[in-house]
Amino acid sequence: MNKRVKNSIYASPYVVWIIAFIIIPLLFIAYYGFTDGEGNFTMENVAAITQPMYYKALWLSVELSVLSTLICLLLAYPLALILRNMHIGSKGFIVFIFILPMWMNFLLRTYAWQAILDVNGVLDQLLAALNLPAFNIINTPAAIVFGMVYDFLPFMVLPIYNVLIKIDDNTINAARDLGADYFTTLRKIIIPLSLPGIASGIIMVFVPALTTFVISDILGGGKLLLIGNIIENKVKADNLNMAAGLSLILMIFIVLNMMFTAKYDKSEGGNML
Amino acid sequence: MNNDKLIDLVNISKSYGKNLILDDLNLYVRENEFITLLGPSGCGKTTTLRLIGGFESPDTGKIIFDGKDITELPPNKRQLNTVFQKYALFTHMTIAENIAFGLKIKKKSKSYIDDKIKYALKLVNLDGYENRMADSLSGGQQQRIAIARAIVNEPKVLLLDEPLGALDLKLRQDMQYELIRLKEELGITFIYVTHDQEEALTMSDTIVVMNQGYIQQIGTPEDIYNEPENAFVADFIGDSNIIPATMIEDKVVEILGTKFKCVDEGFGKNKPVDAVIRPEDVILVEPDKGIIKGKVTSLIFKGVHYEMEVMANGYEWLVQSTKLVPVGTEVGIDVDPFNIQIMHKPESEDEEAVALDE
Repeated sequence: MNKRVKNSIYASPYVVWIIAFIIIPLLFIAYYGFTDGEGNFTMENVAAITQPMYYKALWLSVELSVLSTLICLLLAYPLALILRNMHIGSKGFIVFIFILPMWMNFLLRTYAWQAILDVNGVLDQLLAALNLPAFNIINTPAAIVFGMVYDFLPFMVLPIYNVLIKIDDNTINAARDLGADYFTTLRKIIIPLSLPGIASGIIMVFVPALTTFVISDILGGGKLLLIGNIIENKVKADNLNMAAGLSLILMIFIVLNMMFTAKYDKSEGGNML
Repeated sequence: MNNDKLIDLVNISKSYGKNLILDDLNLYVRENEFITLLGPSGCGKTTTLRLIGGFESPDTGKIIFDGKDITELPPNKRQLNTVFQKYALFTHMTIAENIAFGLKIKKKSKSYIDDKIKYALKLVNLDGYENRMADSLSGGQQQRIAIARAIVNEPKVLLLDEPLGALDLKLRQDMQYELIRLKEELGITFIYVTHDQEEALTMSDTIVVMNQGYIQQIGTPEDIYNEPENAFVADFIGDSNIIPATMIEDKVVEILGTKFKCVDEGFGKNKPVDAVIRPEDVILVEPDKGIIKGKVTSLIFKGVHYEMEVMANGYEWLVQSTKLVPVGTEVGIDVDPFNIQIMHKPESEDEEAVALDE
């Protein structure tokens, strides 16, 4: 048996996996998206996005996920930078602390925030006890963004941190040696060298934020509909064709996001296009 | 050579946690000198260089540069540049951008920068590499670019941290000549860190031998090689026979129970000392014509010479000679009095550091 045949035998379980769980489902989505209930070709499901209710939901999703991705980036980058510069011993522990919430159930975490932010919830009681005005953000877009940032921050921290720790200290020292102050070094050396991590982080936060329906359901009180909620409702209403059609539209935005970031994303795992 | 002190390290101490790296180090560097800090890993040589570069600050002591105290000055404000061990090129930039980095920060004009890039690439024999990416170059080429990137800033001092460590032997030797040529052309001070004694002997005006945070000896390559001040230096620089001996009186030393003539004076009478004899200075003669008798116990061909071990008076003498003497031959050992170097036994703490290392 030659080597090539042998290798393809080892690869076969993954090929089966890819075909069964990725290619075929995608084909189904495309089929449902472009057909009506009777199986006739139609553009109606895809074109539904032009209806105000749907495109408003899509637009709100894009707005909130861009905003939360941006907030995650602004919080994560300095944090990752601080972690990088810390001494070895405590570093691992702090990283562990930051990813610890990821081990708790996602729904549980989100429900916990609902309890905290709710009218007369934990936060309000605390504020009242301190004679401060109530902080009413539950059921607003702000609460949803808050939830997104809380849930997805570790996904931004980790890839950036992983790239930052690979930058050699002497590369940074060399920039300083050549006359750059710390800010210039950050701008011209550290940030450009960490772009792959930033790109991975953006994908890993933006994609789940764009498609979420749980966070908006729980922290938006069901009044604020994101595109994820609309798709969920269509599935619940047994309108798989419409759900698939809208999913295809959503996919365009994800592909656009990846095309934008792929240019910088040479790191492992993130290079998806 | 100008004798003014360009850099003066005064009473420098530095520790990392409980590890004392440098203990009250004093060292000065003259203008236009090629000075090499030489020692085994952990001897404090790289820390000394990093202190001068500004990447570390000393726990105590002062660093004077050109008459000014620069101890607290950050690296970007110091008039010196560093060539790092693993090149540390900016991999997201082209060669030209790498070289221009320091000049752009100093806001030099575009034409000035372009001229400088051309000049520097010519100097390191890499003309035409402007638009290549840093990581597409070989190790030797990357090291030259690192040197070019440093020297375009016209530093008064170039710090080199084991710059040839990652290169293979042949390339390393070529680069040694290259560095000597560069030093001549630029007319600036080089402070060079290495653990390779041959590199140090080849290039330096002055060698500073360090061990365990202490300076063991400072001198010209000839001084260091021919007149090592203690056993550590003798052992670290080249091969040597270091034999416990007794100084009977001026110019007479007893080695392994036999009296040898030497040229050293002033050690007192019947004082225990160490005698250092380089293997190439041991002369093998007919058994009766030498000072002591022995027998060849091993023989290795080393290219330029043969290396033999001779058992004589209970000590295994290392001998290098271009003449082959087969194993088992009875021989006599003779040494020119001038080639016996007498050293004090370790007394002070500085010298005891040596003993710990062995």
